[in-house]
Amino acid sequence: MFTSLTEKLQDTFKKLRGKGKLTEKDIDAAIRELRVNLLEADVNFKVVKKLMSNVKERAVGHEVMKSLTPAQQIVKILREELTAMLEQEDAGLNTSSEPPTVILLAGLQGSGKTTTAAKLANHLRSNGHRPMLIGADLTRPGAVDQLSSLASKEDISFFSEGKTPEEVAQKGLKQAKKSSNDLVIVDTSGRLHIDDELMEELSTLREKMGPSETLLVVDAMTGQDAVNIASDFNERIGISGVILTKLDGDARGGAALSVKAATGCPVKFAGVGEKIEDLEPFYPERMVKRILGMGDVLSLIEKAENTIDQEKAKEMEDKLRSQQFTLEDFKDQLHEIKKMGSIQDMLDMLPSGMGGVPSELKNLSVGDDQVVKTEAIINSMTPEERRDPSIINSSRRKRIARGSGTRVQDVNQLLKQFDMMKKMMKKMGGMDKKKAKKKGIKKLPFFQ
Amino acid sequence: MGMVDKLKERLQKSRDGFVKPIKQLFGSRTMDDEFFEELEESLILGDVGAETATRVVEDIKDQVKREKISEPQKVQEMLVDQLTWILEEGNGSCSLPQGSPSVVLIMGVNGSGKTTTAAKLAYRWKHEGSKALLVAGDTFRDAAIEQLSLWADRVGVDLIKQQQGSDPSAVFFDALNAAQSRGVDVVVGDTAGRLHTRTNLMDELQKLYRVTGKVVEGAPHQVLLVVDATTGQNGLAQAEKFHHFVPVSGLVLTKVDGTARGGIALAIKEKLNLPICYLGVGEGVEDLQPFDARSFVEALLG
Repeated sequence: MFTSLTEKLQDTFKKLRGKGKLTEKDIDAAIRELRVNLLEADVNFKVVKKLMSNVKERAVGHEVMKSLTPAQQIVKILREELTAMLEQEDAGLNTSSEPPTVILLAGLQGSGKTTTAAKLANHLRSNGHRPMLIGADLTRPGAVDQLSSLASKEDISFFSEGKTPEEVAQKGLKQAKKSSNDLVIVDTSGRLHIDDELMEELSTLREKMGPSETLLVVDAMTGQDAVNIASDFNERIGISGVILTKLDGDARGGAALSVKAATGCPVKFAGVGEKIEDLEPFYPERMVKRILGMGDVLSLIEKAENTIDQEKAKEMEDKLRSQQFTLEDFKDQLHEIKKMGSIQDMLDMLPSGMGGVPSELKNLSVGDDQVVKTEAIINSMTPEERRDPSIINSSRRKRIARGSGTRVQDVNQLLKQFDMMKKMMKKMGGMDKKKAKKKGIKKLPFFQ
Repeated sequence: MGMVDKLKERLQKSRDGFVKPIKQLFGSRTMDDEFFEELEESLILGDVGAETATRVVEDIKDQVKREKISEPQKVQEMLVDQLTWILEEGNGSCSLPQGSPSVVLIMGVNGSGKTTTAAKLAYRWKHEGSKALLVAGDTFRDAAIEQLSLWADRVGVDLIKQQQGSDPSAVFFDALNAAQSRGVDVVVGDTAGRLHTRTNLMDELQKLYRVTGKVVEGAPHQVLLVVDATTGQNGLAQAEKFHHFVPVSGLVLTKVDGTARGGIALAIKEKLNLPICYLGVGEGVEDLQPFDARSFVEALLG
């Protein structure tokens, strides 16, 4: 999915680049690839159509046809278009001049409202607010218990008394005033956007509560229907913003574009995990890259910075640059990477354009079980072999395979991968030196 | 009301300009490129995925050319036939294998509807005369156990549970032993929602899978992956990863009562040959229906 798409995109560009002169037909071919790419990212069909016509118009005009690097140009155009769509002015939360501020959460069943409510309360508290959580989801069995349990764990005020969502919310608001909470977050039942009765109920609740923010909680894995969901909620209830949840998975999140296109509302936060602190501001540039399958290098770097031992990383970098990278280091590195979570996740965050990761290396990423295997193989080598793999002859290979419970092919593959990796490092290491800069960059198709 | 009507009725509730029922396409018109393009668009809008949609439409196009078909009506029938065929072809059985007791494992990503599905299934089997038992295997999410307890009361079946935070494998171990001594026929095990990218959680699921087999011979007899019908192309990755860790017997497609058409199930069937076993069509205990390919395709095509 993820990787193959980005590869596909590059292929088309390679094809395009190979030609001296571009025709409109060539542009069409690229547009078709982009279209499929965006569709597979779950960007709504209508949105894709509009985007493609914008891109084509600009591409056929002057920008691309005359350019020496049409592939980069066309991606640049698309990125600009996507960024323009997602860009938003200050996405902070509005608060009421007369506290308590009311924030209403709405969405389909299972989109993540309850978890988000608790995360949001936690986030706002760390910003100096005194939030109260109001559990007004009286439909789903256990929903109130869930919110109350989350609230008590985090020591956040909680309220849920009353027979109807409206009663609960209004009583909660009164209670908040009394206990000087300056902000309430109302969790509501999940509902289908086509359920007249429940939409009416929510609309009434909104009128009665006069929230400063009505936030639609949308699952990042949502498909084409995101547009219908968002526009129905917006038309019938009126939303002021969106929270995109479950972005910690590998969904490319085209729904973000769809929702934006359907409502014009900003995406205010992103849910990135199951823990209470896993709520982030929404970064449009990162989302664009993610949707395009170009990877989210910034998130990766942040993740790495949080996890990897800085000194070790520096040491590693020096080794890489000076080409003294051994299998021993490779093993250490795998270990560090393992701490960061799934390797596949990380590779997905990498733009595949980074020098075009060789396919041999990609196989390495198949699964984390591969990491275990790789570690076993390296562990079965002598220190000498780890420092200088070139001495590993066939009898040594057999021994290593036996020792690690793998096959000779596995050992061969690892050695080959390691070799490829070193070569790639060399390529990247060279980039830093000013002399090699020009040359290096030209080799990397996505570099602009 | 039959399933098709019920589905159609719900699907018809809200179809604005964004979704164009395919049927409209099959009025009297010529079958030019535009026609096929629109056909493809409609499938894509149903979350079938660009790849599958393109292939299906190309096939139809070829057949139309070869057999010199000129009536749009005929093309519609061909499309229904082909999609039905994809959904039925080489279909694994969705019937629950006999075990003592038969153990069913429910799994899926967060918010897909596992707990509700577990309750509905228990209700269904109870109604068919089996002695059913629910297992609160989601020991992670706050109040997931309470949620299933409330369902168990509503459905009228026993529930085996432990404290939140306990090891789900241990919960299952105890539950299956209890089930055997109580003479239970069917055990429906709920599990915590997990994103398929979380390797450690997938490992946990795999362990749970192994543990059930240690207590009851041949368990789990059925592993159902719950997929939300609103899911887009990521559903394929979900199915692939879950299936990689724990062999899936079939899918439960939930929230089919919304406007999403659940085309991702078609893509999953095509790619992984995992049958769709049930459809979740509402919040009531009875709102779970056995899957019927033709009706589903007809609803998918609007």
